[in-house]
Amino acid sequence: MNNLLILGAGSDVGVACAHCFAENGFNLILASRNVEELQKEATDIQIRHGVNAQSVFFDALDYKSHSSFYQSLPMIPDAVISVFGVLGDQTLAEKDFEHARNIIDSNFTGNVSILGTIANEMEKLKKGTIICVSSVAGERGRKSNYFYGASKAALTAFLSGLRARMFESQVHVMTVIPGFIQTKMIEGIKTPAPLTAKPEDVAKAIFKGFKKKKNSIYVLPSWRFIMLIIKMIPEFIFKKLNL
Amino acid sequence: MDKISNWGLFPSILAKESSPRSVSELKNYLSTNPEFIPRGNGRCYGDSSLAKNICSTLKLNRFLAFNQEKGIIHCESGVLLSDILKVCVPKKFFLPVTPGTKFITLGGAIASNVHGKNHHKEGAFSQFVISFELLTNEGIVLECSREKNIQLFRGTIGGMGLTGVIVSASIQLKPIETSYIKQKAIKANGLDELMGLFDQYQNYTYSVAWIDCLKSGKNMGRSILMLGEHASQNEIEALPIKEPLSLHSEKQFKIPFAFPSFTLNHLTISIFNALYYGKQWKKEVNNYVHYNPYFYPLDILSNWNLIYGKKGFVQYQFAIPFENGKEGMKEILSRISESGTGSFLAVLKTFGSADSFSSPLSFPMKGYTLALDFKVNQKVFALLDELDLLVLKYGGKLYLAKDSRMSKEFFERTYSDDFKHSNQFNSLQSQRLGI
Repeated sequence: MNNLLILGAGSDVGVACAHCFAENGFNLILASRNVEELQKEATDIQIRHGVNAQSVFFDALDYKSHSSFYQSLPMIPDAVISVFGVLGDQTLAEKDFEHARNIIDSNFTGNVSILGTIANEMEKLKKGTIICVSSVAGERGRKSNYFYGASKAALTAFLSGLRARMFESQVHVMTVIPGFIQTKMIEGIKTPAPLTAKPEDVAKAIFKGFKKKKNSIYVLPSWRFIMLIIKMIPEFIFKKLNL
Repeated sequence: MDKISNWGLFPSILAKESSPRSVSELKNYLSTNPEFIPRGNGRCYGDSSLAKNICSTLKLNRFLAFNQEKGIIHCESGVLLSDILKVCVPKKFFLPVTPGTKFITLGGAIASNVHGKNHHKEGAFSQFVISFELLTNEGIVLECSREKNIQLFRGTIGGMGLTGVIVSASIQLKPIETSYIKQKAIKANGLDELMGLFDQYQNYTYSVAWIDCLKSGKNMGRSILMLGEHASQNEIEALPIKEPLSLHSEKQFKIPFAFPSFTLNHLTISIFNALYYGKQWKKEVNNYVHYNPYFYPLDILSNWNLIYGKKGFVQYQFAIPFENGKEGMKEILSRISESGTGSFLAVLKTFGSADSFSSPLSFPMKGYTLALDFKVNQKVFALLDELDLLVLKYGGKLYLAKDSRMSKEFFERTYSDDFKHSNQFNSLQSQRLGI
């Protein structure tokens, strides 16, 4: 049986991934700051899917703890899915550097630290899979959320570099680039229905991509097309757009 | 604000629905909404779970514990019965009571005190509720059982969501050996014969009859009685069944659009009923069927409610006592067949005694119960008002979970007024009926 570690497992996508992989026989370690709430999720998964699931404490911003966090896990994960991150508040970030830094650290630095640690361990074992959720917002900086976008752009670049480095060690790295997802993160924001995926769709796409060892997946194929167009708009026009 | 209706698509109202994901979010909702109604999967037919503000329990959907020795399962209230089946059938347990769809929530099953084909023998859902946690209007979560907070326990089972929000519940499951049902289907040519058969086979765990309501005169009550028992391991051994504990398939079909409202008329329903009745040639058929087609024949269509058109339909389910029940049923059926406003499904079964551990709003009472569907139109409401008078005459009452139109006066004459609840929990129905 395979073991899966989910970082930021309390998020909607995290929970959906947990169910999807458990249904396919994976034992789970669910990591987040809210251990108690997540333990309920773990119990639910054990009862529904008959696999082993437990919840552990993890703080993405406490970089120093990351190595010992990984060493003390109850089982060695064969795969890791990192879904933690924050959307942040663009206007606040424009005025308040601390908020901007929090966005960058939560989405980027935290992943560099923990995924770096995990990559080094998997490199020694010469096996494993690292899956990390980035965002279409990282494909091009837009004025409505460029702090979030910049942090995700950095993450996407980091992941593509890591993938190339780990290739020789048979460790696979997959970048997930979802568009809008119906989650707590965008509650109250109106998004176009055909472009908005459910967390369960994201989880299924991730599982499929994991099975097929994809390098990079868009959850809804239409996003690949949309982002292609957005990237092709010349900068002198793009800067005038209200995107 | 979204347009929301329950399964009958009538009435449809503008409402704000929120879905708390945890007890703390739920408490927060309670403290900021002075008036609302809890709602599960919206499978009641009328307006029982409709209000301007709706608190959906669908995101409170986690299993909390499963004692496989005792067959006791503890879940949050938004867990669907279909999910419980997925967990318990492979471990040789089944729902102790199940309505005709598995897509209702545990909380909804308690709030409506649902019944199944085994009521005459094993009682309503209430019989199997061990305990539940209820969030009251005071913002506290109380554990209720036959020993603790007894009044609240009683008031909530069948209490139509008016006592608070059920957060989680423990129920006693029923042991089974296989997921198959040993079925006996018997044709009856008329109501007298059918009622005789109900008597004769009252020891069967499951019994229900489909009646062709359009037949009048000597054929009135032409029907098929379906009896069932859980099949044992030995019984199915000789059959070509690979997995004795197989689950229901998740596959569902969808009707692509709402049928135009003229689709179902007297002629088409007569044909449907004739075909349904004619499908069975022999007087009696004995066979083994999986629990899914046996208990949930309509679940295969994910949106069968659209066959009545966009305007929707009303379900009319009444119960009348056994005394004079036969005459009552005859009078009501002939009134329906005269009207020509036929029902697609007419389902008759018998109820055992009402139980002492449910709310005065709970439906089951010793006697016969008949459930009918009517497409919504002007004529139908007048017919139903007439039927109400007959139900009243025979000392019966209507099922709140299916109602969307009974009058306050009729309600008061058929239900006891021994029910008090906080004003924070109100539905369109509770307001209409002055509950």
